Amino acid sequence: MKVSVAVNGAARTDEVEPRLLLVHYLRDVVGLTGTNIGCDTSSCGACTVHVDGESVKSCTMLAVQADGAEITTIEGLASGGELHPMQEAFRQHHGLQCGYCTPGMVMAATSLLAENPSPTEAEVREGLEGNLCRCTGYHNIVKAVLAAAGAGR
Amino acid sequence: MIPASFDYVRASTADEAVQRLSEAGEDAKLLAGGHSLLPLMRLRMATPSLLVDIGGMRDLSYVKDGGDSLAIGALTRHGELARNELARREAPLLAHVAGQVGDPQVRHRGTIGGSIAHGDPASDLPAACLALGASFVTASPRGEQTRSADEFFTGFLETALAPDEMLVEIRVPKSAGATWSFQKFNRRAQDWAIVGVALARNGSTRIGLVNMGATPLRATAAEDALAGGASPAEASSRAGDGLAPPSDLSASAEYRRHLARVLVRRALEEAVAG
Repeated sequence: MKVSVAVNGAARTDEVEPRLLLVHYLRDVVGLTGTNIGCDTSSCGACTVHVDGESVKSCTMLAVQADGAEITTIEGLASGGELHPMQEAFRQHHGLQCGYCTPGMVMAATSLLAENPSPTEAEVREGLEGNLCRCTGYHNIVKAVLAAAGAGR
Repeated sequence: MIPASFDYVRASTADEAVQRLSEAGEDAKLLAGGHSLLPLMRLRMATPSLLVDIGGMRDLSYVKDGGDSLAIGALTRHGELARNELARREAPLLAHVAGQVGDPQVRHRGTIGGSIAHGDPASDLPAACLALGASFVTASPRGEQTRSADEFFTGFLETALAPDEMLVEIRVPKSAGATWSFQKFNRRAQDWAIVGVALARNGSTRIGLVNMGATPLRATAAEDALAGGASPAEASSRAGDGLAPPSDLSASAEYRRHLARVLVRRALEEAVAG
């Protein structure tokens, strides 16, 4: 089955098995390994990417379902050697400990701000409920997202 | 965890989709957002031979004013329904419940039609549809059919849908939920409800229950008690009567019956106060 997508702005077409999951397509076919696989059961959000601008768990979507879509992964956020403001905010506020959940957290957080540019702290926590940090480093993650929202105001 | 192999086709109209289903027989499944079906396929608890992808039918994603009722396209995603102004005004219980399903990523992909057709007793939207007295419009090679939510859920993950039938629209009476409440009890934010209660009140009271049996169902004993003039406290004490909730890792059947009583009381108090 042919799938044509734009990944981080680059159009490409690949022949894939229908059962290939989007996360495996991104990691194994496209070669972008920044998107992590965590729980494998649609729970943890480590595999979060954007499909047409919205956060999606790429372990719960077939690559063929993304046909015609624009996909953004963590590798697509920085531009011209400059970190995306959300990445910069995670760095400034130490919004990570082991770092495993970070790509998914950053992608979920940027999608959240696209829908709600000025969230309250409670809205940030609610907006990230699909992402688990097993280091329990939520405090600084929430601080980072609020800082990124403030920077974008 | 990778699903077993299957064939895959895309359909761009409901007619085309049901035609494909009809040719393929009972082993074919429709794929909308995939957030109920794909997890089951990854666990190999579902192994369809053919997936008919209807996710591209954006013309079945809508919320329309249908006079006395609100008409919602089956492919409307939870997030779209939760944010839709017309739905928030005319069916606030349903819009609220759509915003409580899973987490933001799930709500970006999951569809109301998919959730209802899956018929999971642990899902939130079927209980809300029962409370609101919703009806479901389907397409099949035999034409269009409308069924009430009350006659739709027939067994565990089983519905009245024929193998070649597709849910196309959900209709919700506008007057059903003049006051309402949704109570979802779970251990972690994104989890399914251990028990949930969707309550709609306009003169009479209808109560949909999440995870209190093999299907999404109504708390008929509590509803009957209310209709007979019982107080919220008396009626809610009947919330688990006649039901056989599951025992699993999250909760025993007895604990679920306890939760149903507590949550129905909270829902009644909130709806009466509101």
